[in-house]
Amino acid sequence: MASTTENVQPSAGFRPTTGFYVGVTALFGAVFGMLVGNAQDAPLIGLIAGAAIMAALAFGLVASGQERISRWGMIVLGAIVGYFVADVAGAIMGALSGWFFGWLIFWLAKGRYRAHLVPYLTPGQVLWHYTFRVICGAIFVFLITPILVVMPLSFNAENFFTFTPEMLQLKPEGYSLKHYNDFFTNSDWQAALKNSLLIAPAATMLAVGFGTLAAIGLSQPTVPFRRAIMAILISPMIVPLIISAAGMYFFYSRIGLQGTYLGVVLAHAALGIPFVIITVTATLVGFDRSLTRAAANLGANPVTTFFTVQMPLILPGVISGGLFAFITSFDEVVVVLFVGSAGQKTLPWQMFIGLREQISPTILAVATLLVAISILLLATVELLRRRSERLRGMSPG
Amino acid sequence: MTDRTTGPDQMTGATPDNGMRNANRANGKPGPMLSADGTPLKRSLRRAQRRQKIRALMLIAPLLIFVLLTFIAPIADMLFRSVQNQIVSDTLPRTVASLERWDGQSGEVPDEQTFRALYLDMFIAAERKEHTRLGSRLNYELTGVSSLFRRTGRDVDDFGEVYEDAFNDLDPKWEDPTTWARILGSADWVGEAEGAEAPGPDFELRDDVASYLPLTAELYGIFAEFIQTEDGDSPMEEEPWTLVYTALYWDLQRQGFAYSGPEADLVRAAAQAASGFENVSLKALFIDSDKDWGDPEVWATIKTYAPEYTPGYFLNAVDRQLTPDGVEKRPANEQIYGILFQRTIFMSLTITISCILLGYPVAYILANLPMRTANLLMILVLLPFWTSLLVRTSAWKVMLQQQGVINDTLVWLGLVDDASRLVMINNQFGTIVAMTHILLPFMILPLYSVMATIPPSYVRASKSLGATNWTTFWRVYFPQSVPGIGAGSILVFILSIGYYITPEIVGGTTGTFISNRIAYHISSSLNWGLAAALGSILLAVVLILYYLYDRIVGIDNVKLGG
Repeated sequence: MASTTENVQPSAGFRPTTGFYVGVTALFGAVFGMLVGNAQDAPLIGLIAGAAIMAALAFGLVASGQERISRWGMIVLGAIVGYFVADVAGAIMGALSGWFFGWLIFWLAKGRYRAHLVPYLTPGQVLWHYTFRVICGAIFVFLITPILVVMPLSFNAENFFTFTPEMLQLKPEGYSLKHYNDFFTNSDWQAALKNSLLIAPAATMLAVGFGTLAAIGLSQPTVPFRRAIMAILISPMIVPLIISAAGMYFFYSRIGLQGTYLGVVLAHAALGIPFVIITVTATLVGFDRSLTRAAANLGANPVTTFFTVQMPLILPGVISGGLFAFITSFDEVVVVLFVGSAGQKTLPWQMFIGLREQISPTILAVATLLVAISILLLATVELLRRRSERLRGMSPG
Repeated sequence: MTDRTTGPDQMTGATPDNGMRNANRANGKPGPMLSADGTPLKRSLRRAQRRQKIRALMLIAPLLIFVLLTFIAPIADMLFRSVQNQIVSDTLPRTVASLERWDGQSGEVPDEQTFRALYLDMFIAAERKEHTRLGSRLNYELTGVSSLFRRTGRDVDDFGEVYEDAFNDLDPKWEDPTTWARILGSADWVGEAEGAEAPGPDFELRDDVASYLPLTAELYGIFAEFIQTEDGDSPMEEEPWTLVYTALYWDLQRQGFAYSGPEADLVRAAAQAASGFENVSLKALFIDSDKDWGDPEVWATIKTYAPEYTPGYFLNAVDRQLTPDGVEKRPANEQIYGILFQRTIFMSLTITISCILLGYPVAYILANLPMRTANLLMILVLLPFWTSLLVRTSAWKVMLQQQGVINDTLVWLGLVDDASRLVMINNQFGTIVAMTHILLPFMILPLYSVMATIPPSYVRASKSLGATNWTTFWRVYFPQSVPGIGAGSILVFILSIGYYITPEIVGGTTGTFISNRIAYHISSSLNWGLAAALGSILLAVVLILYYLYDRIVGIDNVKLGG
């Protein structure tokens, strides 16, 4: 534990030894060099060269004392080297690596990595702290990469589901809007879009209408069988979709609703209801009942009270519940696959077919558009949540 | 304990209570407390509460009815369908009744009487085109029955030709549809139907004909109804099925046959002659049509599946089979559902554990970072959560393919040889990766909401008492986060066990779940009963977990979007 005593000093004045930052930079350089070398079939040379070059750079740049110039120099150097290895795309990658190493060298050398940490941590704890962050970063990358990868691929000029060499070299001819063009002109996709836009709002209206009333009823202080009722109303969310789909298929064919718009709308409304119930009851938890009593006291009848006092306050919850119900229906494919017929083919259904048969990357164009829509919806719901909590006097988190 | 002087009953002066009490005293009797309108307070409160309850129920009722009709009823229908088996007794009612006398263990084919019943049932079923449906239903239990029914359904038309020819040879009047109509139809009906446009008025049997010619009357009634409703023809113009001729022959053969009514001479003459007709054995005809009718196993299967409700589908769903000798295991090469259930559970568990491993660090860092940074990073969790399931599935298809992004990157880095690209899709690995990604937010969000409530002072206290980081985490922090793990795990497990879309697209043949099999039985093999039975088992598993979730977390506490 000798190092512990050494490290117990104000972090502002903390300076690691030269060996430490040169060594760590060399380690990163070695890994980086090995990867680059591997691509050129010379991993060992890459490893040694990477370690040596980075060690030298770390030592030299820190000794020069010119941080700003050094870091810009690293970016330019990286870009130039990258350009000779792999053209424009290489230059960009090179510049990014140059930026990273420039930042890394000074982050280590100036002891900045300890600046935000409590001073009594051992080196092992510091190492763990950053390892943990890197692990978390990797998980975030895992979460977001698939969605990010889809977007550039949707501009592919070829009918491939992967990056073409032209795309990687960032050549304009590698990119095109033809898949978007296909989406907006192909009658199959347009019919699917139209069906989705017809079914989802109808299902949302039903779910929100019934759901809001029921949520108000459920939030009354005394509701008999509350638990059982809640369990029934939430069950469409819990029961696996394939079972709901199977049951609805059997039952709706018996009563002649299978293959009709009404059948699909009813099914989707049932699936959206739990979301409305959950969001609206959550909003009503913080609702101040004395407001409705005050309104009644001032002579308003229950309907007026509801529309002028209660509704504006719970509206954010109702809208976000509605958005959930909308996205449930807009996204739903299993139930519509069974309850609907070819005439009710929705956007997800068309995508599902496309994925199974792998016809064209038009799916990716649609996917990108859907991601854009979900970003919009996410932003709306978040804003509504904050507004609702402000209205109810909670601090938005 | 109330102070003597300040307790409510000890107060003196003009309080409302005292006022009421004084009023009571003035009335001369100490009554209960009254509300403003003079009713006892207790009753008026109870009434108000009841009104409130009714109002709450009235608000909930429309939705409850809606959900019951559109969601719960279909589920109940599916459960019902998994044991429903009316098709056998509906299609072969006479055969089923006749088979009750037959001993399935005897190893002998049923008697001629049963074959006669089968002939009647089969002929009608073939006319109605129901025999193939029954054939495929019984084929689930005994391979080969489907083709047996199809073949016999084609042949059964000719079985009665002998009798038709015999009657026609005896007297050409039998060839005339009106003869039949006059013998069997009521006088009123014959009057109305004569000269009427086809299909004419609904056929009515003559009142007493059933006592003379019971079988003929029954079958002619079925014939008349069938051609009137299905073909739109009039019984006055259509020659009856050969089946009706056969029935008449059997009726005439009965002991003590007597007849009076229209065409009495004709019928009596036929009765005289009938004993001289060539008698054919239906048993021989059936076995001639397909030798499988001589196999007692076919009959045993029909008898076993005759009841209107059967556990057969459930037994099939657990790789068992209801045979005439009781419940048996299916042959080893047909045992697929046990493996499929095991695989579904195993993969769901793997996905749940992967979600815990990946979700725990993320939830921890989100709960411990400053609010601003945490909110920004939360977007990275919520964006996948909000993105269409199909978008995410297609993204994984793009990533994991052999010509996909990950393989391309690995090849470019030289880590994988171009010729030996990794197979990451259309197998269990693909399903597990894609579903872990899709369900990860459902783990992170409950974990985060639990971790956000763990007071940081506990951790600090533990450290200041000399615990190492690991001890602090394991003994102080982790136990407090267990409810979050529980909530997230059950949620992820429930969702993953019933997943359909993702395994269907990235699962290939080895990475599919029980739900894919259910979908297959609904849309491809059309074995709906088995699909319903598999679905019911899956539903039972999910409901148990749902109950646990409700117990542990409370269904009201489900949070959406953080």
